[in-house]
Amino acid sequence: MSAKDKTLPQPHPFMANSAPASYRELLRVAEVKEIDEVFEQIPTDHLFKGKWKVPRGIKSEAQLSKHLTSILRKNISAEDYTSFLGAGCWNHYVPAICDEMVTRTEFSTPVWGTPSSDHGRNQVWFEFCSQLGELVGMEFVGLPLYSYGTAAGHALRMAARINGRKKILIPASLDPERAKVIRTYAGFKELNGFLDVVTVKFDKKTGRLDLADLKAKLDKEVCAVYFENPNYLGALESEAAEISKLAHSVGAEVVVGVDPISLGIIAPASQYGADIIVGTTQPLGVHMNAGGGVGGFIATRDEERYAKEYPTLQVSLTGTTVPGEMAFGLTLFHQSSYGSRENGKDWTGNSVYLWAVANATYMSLMGPEGFVDVGNSIIARARYAAERINKLKGVKVLWRDGFFKEFVVNFDKTGKSVKKINKKLLKHEIFGGKDLSDEFPELGESALYCVTEVHTLEEIDALVDALKEVTA
Amino acid sequence: MIKSKIRKYHAAVWDEPLVMDLSQPGRRGAFAPAIEDEITDSVGDPSALVPTALKRKVAPELPELSEFEVQRHYLHLSQQTLGMMGISLFGTCTMKYNPRLNERLVYQPFVAKMHPHQDPETMQGILEIVYSFDEILRDLSGLDKFVFQAGGGADAAYTMATLTRAYHAARGELAQRTEIITTVQAHPCNPATAAAAGFKVITLPLEKDGYPSLEALKSVLSNRTAALMVNNPDDIGIYNPQIKEWVKAVKEVGGLCFYDHANFNGVMTRIRAADLGFDACMYMLHKTFGGTKGGGGPAVGAFGCRKELVPYLAGPTVEKNSDGTYFLKEEGPKSVGRVREFFGNVPVVIRAYSWTRAMGIDGLRDAANISVLANNYMEKRLLAIKGVTKGLPELTKRRLEMTRYSLGELTAETGVTTVDVQNRMTDYGVDAFWLSHEPWFIPEPFTPEAGELWSIEDIDYWIDVLEVVCEEARKDPEFVKNAPYNQVVHKQGSTNLDDPKNWATTYRAYKRKHASKK
Repeated sequence: MSAKDKTLPQPHPFMANSAPASYRELLRVAEVKEIDEVFEQIPTDHLFKGKWKVPRGIKSEAQLSKHLTSILRKNISAEDYTSFLGAGCWNHYVPAICDEMVTRTEFSTPVWGTPSSDHGRNQVWFEFCSQLGELVGMEFVGLPLYSYGTAAGHALRMAARINGRKKILIPASLDPERAKVIRTYAGFKELNGFLDVVTVKFDKKTGRLDLADLKAKLDKEVCAVYFENPNYLGALESEAAEISKLAHSVGAEVVVGVDPISLGIIAPASQYGADIIVGTTQPLGVHMNAGGGVGGFIATRDEERYAKEYPTLQVSLTGTTVPGEMAFGLTLFHQSSYGSRENGKDWTGNSVYLWAVANATYMSLMGPEGFVDVGNSIIARARYAAERINKLKGVKVLWRDGFFKEFVVNFDKTGKSVKKINKKLLKHEIFGGKDLSDEFPELGESALYCVTEVHTLEEIDALVDALKEVTA
Repeated sequence: MIKSKIRKYHAAVWDEPLVMDLSQPGRRGAFAPAIEDEITDSVGDPSALVPTALKRKVAPELPELSEFEVQRHYLHLSQQTLGMMGISLFGTCTMKYNPRLNERLVYQPFVAKMHPHQDPETMQGILEIVYSFDEILRDLSGLDKFVFQAGGGADAAYTMATLTRAYHAARGELAQRTEIITTVQAHPCNPATAAAAGFKVITLPLEKDGYPSLEALKSVLSNRTAALMVNNPDDIGIYNPQIKEWVKAVKEVGGLCFYDHANFNGVMTRIRAADLGFDACMYMLHKTFGGTKGGGGPAVGAFGCRKELVPYLAGPTVEKNSDGTYFLKEEGPKSVGRVREFFGNVPVVIRAYSWTRAMGIDGLRDAANISVLANNYMEKRLLAIKGVTKGLPELTKRRLEMTRYSLGELTAETGVTTVDVQNRMTDYGVDAFWLSHEPWFIPEPFTPEAGELWSIEDIDYWIDVLEVVCEEARKDPEFVKNAPYNQVVHKQGSTNLDDPKNWATTYRAYKRKHASKK
């Protein structure tokens, strides 16, 4: 190879063997004269011969950092402005230690080792499942799923495999985004495994599920009833036990979606009849990440009926060949798609396992008292905000009682659209609540406000002042 | 012949208890912000705000620990994880360096504290990077639009299955087009997601050339064909040279063609999905494009397609206005809707954009060359080790970025299996190799992938360790079968974890089932 050889790589900080001497040694031992020889399997008419638009590399980290920062600085974050956005991605405090753990190279870069060499990480996963199980009151917990909605979708398909029925009831108040995910998972009637999704009305006076409509839609064909607590519109389903009872009376499975950060003060769904519990993991120590922080889970009683329908991977505590030594192994691997391809239970793959590290750390930091503490801090702040907002002229909080961190604010009588109001709030350095006017036209000009432990009294008061000004 | 000096190694052993067992009553690791007096004066006792029927009565049995104790516990567990601290040539996963610069950037508020429903004018930076990365992938693939909603490669395969449904449904042909075709060496996520989306799966077996024949494909094509989902090259390093003819044949009967580009690393800048005729493809940003793997996500399966299929893509998509600003566009009526909430694992897309800009088109070319060359280097050395054979040895053309090998001869001679060897190699600080996806059609398989990251010394060390272990196996098979010895813990016991009496995915279940052992 001549020094002018165009195929000789240029040294690059991410590639040790781009050094000419190393590269030449590879060529020598591999008995390769021209690099094209190693691509001999690819027919020449498959090769791209045009010009690329992708530019040449930026090898200097300083230069690359400047480039990226110059773009990302255009963003305005929830640290720059005060954000009252929730709706499936919530602004909770992320303890510094959670960030420390998920940025540890040992946790952030690997893929899969052996039970002994992955022992530390497997233990974190087991601690994630164990602690989450405590919060939701269930003894069987799988490794995390992509999101709240995908967890719900898989759980409803589990229910269908369990009882063989095809109709699932979901609340009309459900997050349209999660509902779309569930409908994707429910499939098409022309194909196998189709689930017929039927919506149950919500009570406009309370924001809760309309039990009369539920009763009207329940029959022996109903596979599962899905509801959330708190629901998308913020309301706590205080009649949850009654919903479960009604569903069970026709032999349906009860699938409940929960927000685990509420579970220090709110009863676990296992106590009001849930058979399968799903939910989000993002509030437990994971940043919003523009929606890239979401994660989900599935938890059930430790019964074969449920365990043998999980689509996820599961870690189990066990022992080693040395008595008394703790180890972790996979349980029920063969029912996964890795084990059984198209005959597995749905499918699994890369998920959000790194977030389980943050979640486990978060739950350990909080402990039982921390969850009570944060639950109280959230519910009190949210109530305070709702009460103050409700006093503004023309502004109405639709359901003033029985919510956790989110509530619906209606602006009909101000004569102004949520869209306009939120644009004006930006000038006050505030992200207003999620606009519901397209998703729920029956609620008029309404927005879903989210208040958490991160919102101070001053910030809430500033929101009220700003709303007063922009709605006047 | 062993080239390296075999170094002393022992994993960190803290004998770290479960966090639940570290608990001491009354300790606190975190407090929520104290409720201001004005708020308490206004709303009263917070516990009275929870409807009576929903009040929690029994506290969860979570650990009670100080902040430092929690930190130290999880640091210990991180140290008890080998991963990329040693050498990891885990095939199919394309182990790469994950630049720390990206970690520094994505944990700053301008990424971490962004909300997906913010006014687009406040998220121009994120939208610009997502859009720019879409443009990069369009260039590399020849396709017309990429979306990043899928949370991994399998989710991108599922995206294809759902898009296939929506496409044929829109043409009124879904009731008839119920079959998706794949091959036995395609990743299990292809048949699994096709089945989960409701399709019947047809799996073509390998034939003498290392891939199914074109005739075999044609024999299963019909007006029932909905789509083809394939990898190429597959993860045994074989490239199907008839792939253009495959795609043409599937299209002739009205099916869609999906290219699972999990094994893109060796062919970057050489082939483009669109040029081979594919309608759609998938790249793994957490593998090929330098994103972190996180031990299994958060990941991104970037899904791209031709413009004819863009109306079916999962929404929302990131688009550019004529004034150079960016916006999120909701999906139209033909769209599959959503496969997951929001528009993707944004930090992973940012990492991938950053990595690709650092590499550049020249770096991508070099990386592909180095990956394939390093694999061919490995082959020369590995096949010199007694007990190692090449999968499908009759196929003599040079393999791409991976080769599947077999330890079948070693197992026949010594009883030591590929899993035993894997366990023993960790005693030298070398983490697991990839075995094979189901089904195993090569006995006692192992599949290393050198990629462009690992130095020639790392690769040599890896090979030398394998050779040492093979020698150990012949000298004392029981010793290797009972490995590891230098790891965090010993070999997992023989308890059947598929037995409901034994499995315990939570500590509460474990204590109930195994009370006598505690």
